Amino acid sequence: MKVLQFFLIIFLLFPSNIIKAEELDQRNKITKNLRCLICQGQSVYDSDSEFANSLKILVDKKLEEGFSEDQIYAFLKSKYGEWILYDPELNKNTYILWLLPLLIFLIGGAIIYKNFILRK
Amino acid sequence: MKNKILPFSIVLVFGIIFYIFYKGLEESNIYAPNINKQNKIPVFITKDFNSGESMKSSSIFKLDKIYLLNIWSSWCVPCRKEHPLLMSLNLENKINIIGMNYKDNDKNAENFLNELGNPYKQIFTDIDGTIAIEWGAYGVPESFIIQNNKIIKKYIGPLNQKLIEEIKLLIK
Repeated sequence: MKVLQFFLIIFLLFPSNIIKAEELDQRNKITKNLRCLICQGQSVYDSDSEFANSLKILVDKKLEEGFSEDQIYAFLKSKYGEWILYDPELNKNTYILWLLPLLIFLIGGAIIYKNFILRK
Repeated sequence: MKNKILPFSIVLVFGIIFYIFYKGLEESNIYAPNINKQNKIPVFITKDFNSGESMKSSSIFKLDKIYLLNIWSSWCVPCRKEHPLLMSLNLENKINIIGMNYKDNDKNAENFLNELGNPYKQIFTDIDGTIAIEWGAYGVPESFIIQNNKIIKKYIGPLNQKLIEEIKLLIK
């Protein structure tokens, strides 16, 4: 009987563990995409600064309140601006950022095509 | 023709790089994104520093007054420097100074105020730093001027005499 009880307890505990782990995964995913604004080149996830630690707690709180990932990003964007996100959106300020690699790729491709393929 | 394009483009690229770096030297390297959309003060629940009772943000900021919210902490060295300026600003009695005690130990905070004086009309606590984030703050010290529940000015870092003069002009 004792063995049965033991297994029952473990069986009941397991799902909550998994839920907790999923929450942590979600939190890590979000904080990895947030820039630690007072650090140099670190995400909130990587940093141990006061600012980053507070943000981690805040993300936890917001997740508990039922905020989705996008809602948390939108919330922080309204507080700190676009800069806090590592993945900038495409708008009139960032279109160069998004189009430049493509442009360089096309120009480079054109040069290669002209020099190597047409020469043959 | 081809011989000319290569040196020309090299010179052009270096010219652009030089220009960018040269411009970069002139400009401040502190990047502060402009956030002009949301300047309403956040709504939050906090604790009163003196009584320890829980309170709402709406009970702190009233519509018809001008407030200066100052984020401070006893462990913050620049706050120590800034404190006498807040004391003198408080003497003029034209602005209500509210303190947000940031991630602090109550005992240390009390000692800090006993030592340097208390310019704050009211102090509330931010134990884990999340309220500061609601305000869009980066750390301590930081100050906000609030009028009609809107943030009209934000100062990152310690206030100095020049900024105090600016605040005095603002509240005139």
